[in-house]
Amino acid sequence: MMKTYVKKLVAFLAASAVVFVVFSLLLSNGVINAYYKQIIMTVCINIILALSANLIINFTGQLTLGHSAFMAIGAYAAAAIYRVGLPFFFSLIFGSLVAALFGFLIGLPTLRLKGDYLAITTMGFCQIIVVVLQNIPQFGGAQGMTGIPADTTFAWVFFSMIITIIVLYHVVNSRQGRAMISVREDEIAAEAMGINTTHYKVMAFTLGAFFAGLAGGLYAFLMMFIEPTQFNYFKSMDLVIYVVLGGSGNFAGCIASTGILTLLPEVLRFLGNYRMVVYPLLLIIIMIMRAKNIRLSRLAGIFRRTGKEGDNNAAA
Amino acid sequence: MPLLDIKNISIQFGGLSAVDNFSMSIGENDIYGLIGPNGAGKTTVFNMLTGVYSPDSGTIMFDGKSIAGMKPYDITRMRIARTFQNIRLMKNLSVLDNVKISFVSQTDYGLATSIFRLPAYFRQEKDTEKKSMALLKVFNLDGKKDEKAANLPYGEQRRLEIARALATNPKLLLLDEPAAGMNPQETQELTELIRWIREKFHIAILLIEHDMRLVMGVCEKIIVLDYGKIIAEGTPKEIQSNPKVIEAYLGEEAPHA
Amino acid sequence: MTFVEFLQQLINGLSLGSVYALIALGYTMVYGIIGLINFAHCDIYMVGAYIGFFAATSLHLPFIPTLILAMAGAGIVGVLVERIAYRPLRKASNISLLITAMGVSLLLENGFNCIFGGDPRSYPHNILKQTNIELGPVHTDSLHLIILTTSLVLMVLLQIIIYRTKIGKAMRATSADKDAAALMGINVNATISATFAIGSALAGAAGVLVGILYNSIDPYMGIQPGIKAFTAAVFGGIGLIPGAFLGGLILGVIETFVTAWYSPLAGAIGFIILIIILIIKPSGLLGKKVSEKV
Repeated sequence: MMKTYVKKLVAFLAASAVVFVVFSLLLSNGVINAYYKQIIMTVCINIILALSANLIINFTGQLTLGHSAFMAIGAYAAAAIYRVGLPFFFSLIFGSLVAALFGFLIGLPTLRLKGDYLAITTMGFCQIIVVVLQNIPQFGGAQGMTGIPADTTFAWVFFSMIITIIVLYHVVNSRQGRAMISVREDEIAAEAMGINTTHYKVMAFTLGAFFAGLAGGLYAFLMMFIEPTQFNYFKSMDLVIYVVLGGSGNFAGCIASTGILTLLPEVLRFLGNYRMVVYPLLLIIIMIMRAKNIRLSRLAGIFRRTGKEGDNNAAA
Repeated sequence: MPLLDIKNISIQFGGLSAVDNFSMSIGENDIYGLIGPNGAGKTTVFNMLTGVYSPDSGTIMFDGKSIAGMKPYDITRMRIARTFQNIRLMKNLSVLDNVKISFVSQTDYGLATSIFRLPAYFRQEKDTEKKSMALLKVFNLDGKKDEKAANLPYGEQRRLEIARALATNPKLLLLDEPAAGMNPQETQELTELIRWIREKFHIAILLIEHDMRLVMGVCEKIIVLDYGKIIAEGTPKEIQSNPKVIEAYLGEEAPHA
Repeated sequence: MTFVEFLQQLINGLSLGSVYALIALGYTMVYGIIGLINFAHCDIYMVGAYIGFFAATSLHLPFIPTLILAMAGAGIVGVLVERIAYRPLRKASNISLLITAMGVSLLLENGFNCIFGGDPRSYPHNILKQTNIELGPVHTDSLHLIILTTSLVLMVLLQIIIYRTKIGKAMRATSADKDAAALMGINVNATISATFAIGSALAGAAGVLVGILYNSIDPYMGIQPGIKAFTAAVFGGIGLIPGAFLGGLILGVIETFVTAWYSPLAGAIGFIILIIILIIKPSGLLGKKVSEKV
């Protein structure tokens, strides 16, 4: 068992190393210009975010509409502690830990709520965080925080993404992951089998918040400017869309859908203002096709196929 | 001292008395039955035993400890396991994964061990796999270990639910209508299975059941509930000829013309 | 704050609250009947405001015809949305339906932005005579009173429809148990469409009233009131019509007083109250606890 694990791990790391080297070369040679570089880094950051939300929504079955709040907390905490003198790497860790702490504190009371009530409460919490941040003058208030150095590089973002994938994969394929999945499947049966469902819901929430905070920190030092409404519930909704379209729990599906959906508005940029109409229209059409099981395009097929595999691969 | 000692538990739902002054004790290796017409309160008794509900009054002592009002997962750790009337398997998961869920509470490696893949992870996972497969084999489900639980025929789903419950290593097993939806042949196999489980696992079994063949065939003592109250208890023979029981199930004899 | 100031703020709060209530009713009715949090509902409110705007400026209609036209138009849009986007997903998971609703919301907002531009438009000044009214020592605006009155009238009409008509009975039955209602011969699809129509019409009315009161409409105007109305519906007890009514009024009053006292908190106060209520009494103020049968 350990042997197959080591083999898989080495294969994954090797493949990642290759991808990294290829992209680094393309970036340093200017083949990929600065504009696309930012997009690629945003994709990586969104993947970290999406996987963190994926743990909560798809694996543990808790619909959170406020996940971007943890990104905000991570971003602001990292930027703030950096100003006080902490180096970049430790600022990122600090931001993630603060976000995780909030995840724990918020998770504890709210995860007793089910389904739609949980969704609304998390959405409310997200808006509260936005309003609170808008009213902290030291953080720039509604104008936001400027002057954050561009310390996020492609290497940092890629490395963080790989760590996120490995850690979350490890969690999901373990007894903790199994417990989380059982919570999603049937809470009452899970409790009857000895699982403290609240404990594992909070665990998923806290872990998810940690990585969302990490993504937030990376984002702050990439954009060099953060302001509260960037993290409002629209961002949370985006995450839910990435995660749900990626299929039920499958890592590959989640990564693919996040990549595609992050790039989609860019690809549609030629449509000018109309892209913001085409994007939701496409979304609605995809959801209807999915419900009716229509395989009209390869795109819909990819989402559905990875979804089905995910159901089988979800537990170790 | 009996393994399970219930004294005078009662519960009301919105003014309606669902269970009234229920008492019972079971010893370590007994097989008892709880019967009664639909709505008599049998599953409610199970739910109080397993922490889904908390009794309004009375005490429940298990293995010397008071368990009334404890949370379901704590009661499972006290080694009481149950199956459900409506089969609550995790339908989208495989047969093997359904059983492995029960081992979450039987293993103890922490989150850090999972994240860093320390040796304890591999050791305990291997152990879980071995024990799960052994249990599946015992119930003849090992051949279907990767099959989605939803795809199993009904009788196998019931067996899987029992296997899953046994995986938590209980001292007392509560079976809620295990023969529901089974034909006579399957019911006969289930009767033998229940006896066999008691021998092999050295546990006590309390079952709720409507199928009288199963109840009379396997239970040493039967308690009869009607409208939340105990109306009779005794051996199968005693219960079969008890007029109160007959009346509860079949109604009073019609007056002759 | 003097007693007179208190009364004035109370009137302002009740009029704001009655707008929230009108919107909240749509959320609660749809949730009650198909279990969906209709994220696009706040945009139907916006659509109503725009229809009213065109009725008032291009067609030069006076207040009441404008209101009626906007309500009818919003109702039609609501029914179309349900028919085209939600009905195909009736059997799908909750979360899929939620995402589709988000898509419709974005579509309406950005669509109107593309077609009509993002610049705020104003209702004509003379559509409703704005006079100062004095109720004893209290000074208030006729607009506030008209909003309050209109909302009350609409809510009374709603009560009549729900409790005194056949379609209302069908709506109550379908909310309680869709399958049983179908078995009793109720046309579930038509009932759901009617629910959307009525809820949307009320939101449309709210849109017109707000458009006149604040004298400005834009494609994204529904977002803030939408979240607030929704939290009001939940905190009053989601799925319960009196809950939406009560929740909306209470939220409007609280928000008005908080704005007067410490305005930075105003944007978040609704959520804070909601979270407190959900933690103490998850089913909302008027809700009843429903436990799952094991």
